[in-house]
Amino acid sequence: MNAERIETLSSHIAAKILKQPNRKIGADEPVISSGLIDSFSLVDLALFVEDTFGVHLDDAELTAETFDTLRELDQLIESRQA
Amino acid sequence: MDTFAQRLYRHYQENPDRVALVFQQAGQPDLPLTYADLLQGAHAWAKALERRGLQPGEVVILILRHSLDLVYSYFGAVLYGAVPSIMPFLTEKLLPERYRADLASLVAVTQPAAVITYPEFEPEVRAALSPESSVRMVLLPGEVEPPSAPDFERLPGLQRQPDDIVLLQHSSGTTGLQKGVALSHRAVANQLRAYSAAIRLSPQDVIVSWLPLYHDMGLIAGFLMPLLSGVKLVLMSPFDWVRAPARLLQAVSTYRGTLSWLPNFAYNFLAQKVRDRDLQGVDLSSWRAVINCSEPMRYESHRAFLERFREYGLRESALATCYAMAENVFAVTQGGIDGPVTVDPVRLDLLQTERRAVPCEEGDTVIRMLSAGRPIANTRVRVVGPQGEDLPEREVGEIAILSDCLLSGYYHRPDATAEAFRGGWYLTGDYGYMAGGEVYITGRKKDLIIVGGKNIYPQDIEELAQSVPGVHAGRAVAFGIEDTESGTEEVVVVAEVEEYDRRTPEELQALADEIRRVVTRGSAVALRLVHLVGQGWIAKTSSGKKARAANRERYLREVGGPAA
Repeated sequence: MNAERIETLSSHIAAKILKQPNRKIGADEPVISSGLIDSFSLVDLALFVEDTFGVHLDDAELTAETFDTLRELDQLIESRQA
Repeated sequence: MDTFAQRLYRHYQENPDRVALVFQQAGQPDLPLTYADLLQGAHAWAKALERRGLQPGEVVILILRHSLDLVYSYFGAVLYGAVPSIMPFLTEKLLPERYRADLASLVAVTQPAAVITYPEFEPEVRAALSPESSVRMVLLPGEVEPPSAPDFERLPGLQRQPDDIVLLQHSSGTTGLQKGVALSHRAVANQLRAYSAAIRLSPQDVIVSWLPLYHDMGLIAGFLMPLLSGVKLVLMSPFDWVRAPARLLQAVSTYRGTLSWLPNFAYNFLAQKVRDRDLQGVDLSSWRAVINCSEPMRYESHRAFLERFREYGLRESALATCYAMAENVFAVTQGGIDGPVTVDPVRLDLLQTERRAVPCEEGDTVIRMLSAGRPIANTRVRVVGPQGEDLPEREVGEIAILSDCLLSGYYHRPDATAEAFRGGWYLTGDYGYMAGGEVYITGRKKDLIIVGGKNIYPQDIEELAQSVPGVHAGRAVAFGIEDTESGTEEVVVVAEVEEYDRRTPEELQALADEIRRVVTRGSAVALRLVHLVGQGWIAKTSSGKKARAANRERYLREVGGPAA
């Protein structure tokens, strides 16, 4: 697990998507199935991941089945970067 | 006039091999369906409904994802003479208990005889049904035989009369009594005739839509109008579109799409979220009208959309507007077809304080109102004051409409139907003004919030917020504030907290998060903006009702807009 990457994702989501800059999102907190990130913001998250980590997420992957927590997203990014 | 089944029969006889619909689904090749395909697929469902003992005229609720099953079963119900109504499918975020409660409430009022859904969802449906429920059958796609040639002469759908109810559209309230807008064959036919003329619809048009079919804009403009009129439809799923908005533009380019309808937020969403690499080779020059409809329309959204896509062939003349509601089947007005959408710069301060639209070219308080256009040929529009009196031009009042395509009534709700009409005119609950024969919508009488084209009732949000321990009983208020970045409204909840002064910031943060969680999972809204306050903050009217507008103003003063 890359704590720094999770922190980067967490701060982006808190500030830009949730508009609560002080909010911390736990590595194992569900973000999609909980509705924390609504469907209109999924594309934002995909664009951020691509710009920041150089990893392209296909739109079909933007569901809770592919990743629901930042830890799972981190693993997905890790596997694509390898 | 022709009923739905008669129209379909005619297309089946005259143009069996014409492509009626191109069905798109992410990860799968596009599927073109001819009228023969469409009606043979639908016929299989009509037979299944007959076999299970449904009676023509009974209501069928469809709970299916965007799929061919949804398309076929809808028209299957029509061919059988049953009355279809589409209910949104359960989303990941919504609590199953909440969905079950909605379904139970809909069933109690509407008294459907059948529900069509997936096997994995059947237990959810059964759980929502009481033993004495009207639902006699739950029909699953697996029970339906392969498509087969319809014998129209013996299909009960062909016997339906013009004033029979053809379909129901349910409003999206999450609690309280459901209202299903009941529409007759005649009303839909009258709307399609008048609206087709207003948009100059022709068989050469190609309609491209991602809109959900449980909403009037998607169901009428993006589904029934093209399929009943012999105009090609390219249909994608809202679920796929929201994850990859460029799909709409790619489909317009590929199929030389000419017409699309979008809620205002989609203009901003497309302008902001689509990458250049997804636009390679995209040519939007075939688009002759992109029609803004179903939430407040913003001049800035049109400009942002045009700036972003002009280099891909988008024509300025394609920008169009429409004012519509399920109660009039769909459109009330249409603008931007025969000339550019009229922009009316007026004084925002006077619009708010004196309820007058005073023209003003420059200045700090100018708001550029987008005209919704002129009433379509079969619909008359009045702007009325509190006593029902006609108001002069440029004075803001309630919009009332009269047409030959109004709802037959709210299904099984004579109380709600009676309340909605005055002297034959339907009172829309929307505020607006007329100028130069065109209609401008300025706001709403009721405290309805519209987020991304979806209607949200503040009472429902407040009830959820008040259910969170720590929130004072009955002391939460919800309202919408405009978010200029996203082009739609953002929901705000202000809640009075018990022992506010004794709580630490961490405790307050946790409570705010709990309110967000409960509202998000219990409604169609992903709630972000929660403002916790001490006792006595929330203003109420003298009769004890929450004064949402006053609370909204205080919130904007103290906290600011959505970007804050």
